[in-house]
Amino acid sequence: MIIKILGTGCANCKRLKQLAAQVIKELGIEAKVVEVTDISAIMSYGVTTTPGLVIDEKLIGYGGVPSKQQLTHLIQQAA
Amino acid sequence: MPEGFILVDPESQPESSPTPISFAAPTAQRAAWRVWALVLGAAVAWLLVWGRLQPFADWLTYEIIGLAPDSRLGESVAFFLYDVPKILMLLGGMIFLVTVVRSFFSAERTRQLLGGKREGVGNVLAAGLGVVTPFCSCSAVPLFIGFVETGIPLGVTFSFLIATPMVNEVALAMLFGLFGWQIAGLYMITGLAVAIVAGWFIGRIPDIEKGVEDFVWQIDVGEANIQASKPTWTERFEQAWRTTKEIVGKVWPYVVVGIAIGAAIHGYVPEDALADVLGADAWWSVPAGVLLGIPMYSNAAGIIPVVHALTEKGAALGTVLAFMMSVIALSLPEMIILRRVLKLRLIAIFIAVVASGILLVGFLFNAVI
Repeated sequence: MIIKILGTGCANCKRLKQLAAQVIKELGIEAKVVEVTDISAIMSYGVTTTPGLVIDEKLIGYGGVPSKQQLTHLIQQAA
Repeated sequence: MPEGFILVDPESQPESSPTPISFAAPTAQRAAWRVWALVLGAAVAWLLVWGRLQPFADWLTYEIIGLAPDSRLGESVAFFLYDVPKILMLLGGMIFLVTVVRSFFSAERTRQLLGGKREGVGNVLAAGLGVVTPFCSCSAVPLFIGFVETGIPLGVTFSFLIATPMVNEVALAMLFGLFGWQIAGLYMITGLAVAIVAGWFIGRIPDIEKGVEDFVWQIDVGEANIQASKPTWTERFEQAWRTTKEIVGKVWPYVVVGIAIGAAIHGYVPEDALADVLGADAWWSVPAGVLLGIPMYSNAAGIIPVVHALTEKGAALGTVLAFMMSVIALSLPEMIILRRVLKLRLIAIFIAVVASGILLVGFLFNAVI
C-alpha cells in the first residue's frame, strides 16, 4: 500500500503524515507513506485544500487531519 | 484557521472500486439524539455560566482575594478575572458555531460557485464565501491556482483572499466580547466592503494577469468532479468540538496576556492620556496604525484586548479599527506564501490597495463617530 500525503509542508500536512505512519505501525500493515509537495502533482488530484490523503492512487479525503480512529478505519478499509 | 477533514464520496470518483465501501467512521454510529442532547445541554450550561461571570469575578476579587473595591489594583484584577473567562467562553462558543456552519461549505464547492461569475457580483459573492469557507492560509497556493484555473477572475479571487483572514470568528468573538455587537458588526461590514472594493479595483488594473507567476497558467488541475461525502450531524459536531479545542488551546495564552496588558492599562493609565496621540484629531495616527500593522502578525486574540483598553483611554475608534484590520488582514507570513504564485509587483499592488481601503475605513469612522 502506498499512502500519499498531498501538501506543501503545512503544519497539518506534517501532522497527517505522522499520524499515518503511526497508524500503519500500530496496524502492522506494510505500507509506505510518501509526501507529495510538488504543487502541480497535488493539483492533479483536484485537491485545493491541503492536506490531501491518497491511498493507492485514490483520493480518500482532503482539507484537514482526520481523527486517529477515522484514519485507522480508512486505512483498514483500503487494505 | 484549521479545516475539517473532508471525505471524498467514493461514488463520485470514476475509478472507484467495484465493491461499495462504507466510509462512515465508527463514531458516527453513536446515537444521534445523544449527541444533540449533549450539544443542547452544553449550550444551556454555557448560558447559565455566562450570566454569572461578573458577580463571580467581583466576589473573587473583593471577597476572596480581599482587594479594596475602589483601588486601582482591585479594579484591574476584577477586570482581568471577568474578561478572561468571558472572552474564552465567547471564543469557544463562536468557533464551535462557525465550524458547524463551515461544515456545509468547502473550498472546492466555493470554487464551483464562483466559476462563471462575472466581476462585481463575483466580488461580493467571493467576499461572503470567504467568511464561511473553511480555509487556512497554508492552503492559499493550491486554492489560488484552483481559482485561476477555473477561470475565476483575479479580482474575484483577491476579494476571497482578503475577506478570509479579515472577517474571522476569533476577531468577531473578541470584538463582540470587548466592544459589543455594534462594533463587531461594523467591523464585519467594513471588512467585507474593503474585500469587495479592493478585489474589484485590483481586477480593473490593466494587464494584472502578468503579475501572476507564469507557471500558474500551465498547471493542469485534476478533475474537479470530486464530491465530498455528506457528513452526519454527529460528525459535524465532533469536528466542531475538535476545532474549538484546537483553536482555543492555541490562542488562550494570547488572550490572557492581551487581557492582562489591557487590564493594566485599564487600571493605571489616566483617562484621555492617549487622546492627543491616537485621538480622532491626530489624522496621521490612522496611516501610522496601518503601516505599523502590516509587518505585525498577531492573531486577533492578542491584539484586540490591548486596543480595547487604548480606546478607553482616548484612542479614536477609526484609528484602532484600521490598525486591527491591518494587523489581521495583511500579514507578512501570508504574503510570503502568496509570493510563490504572485510576482513581487502584484504583491506590492495587493498590499497597497488593501492598505488604502483600510485607511479609508479609519478616516471614515474617525469622521463619523
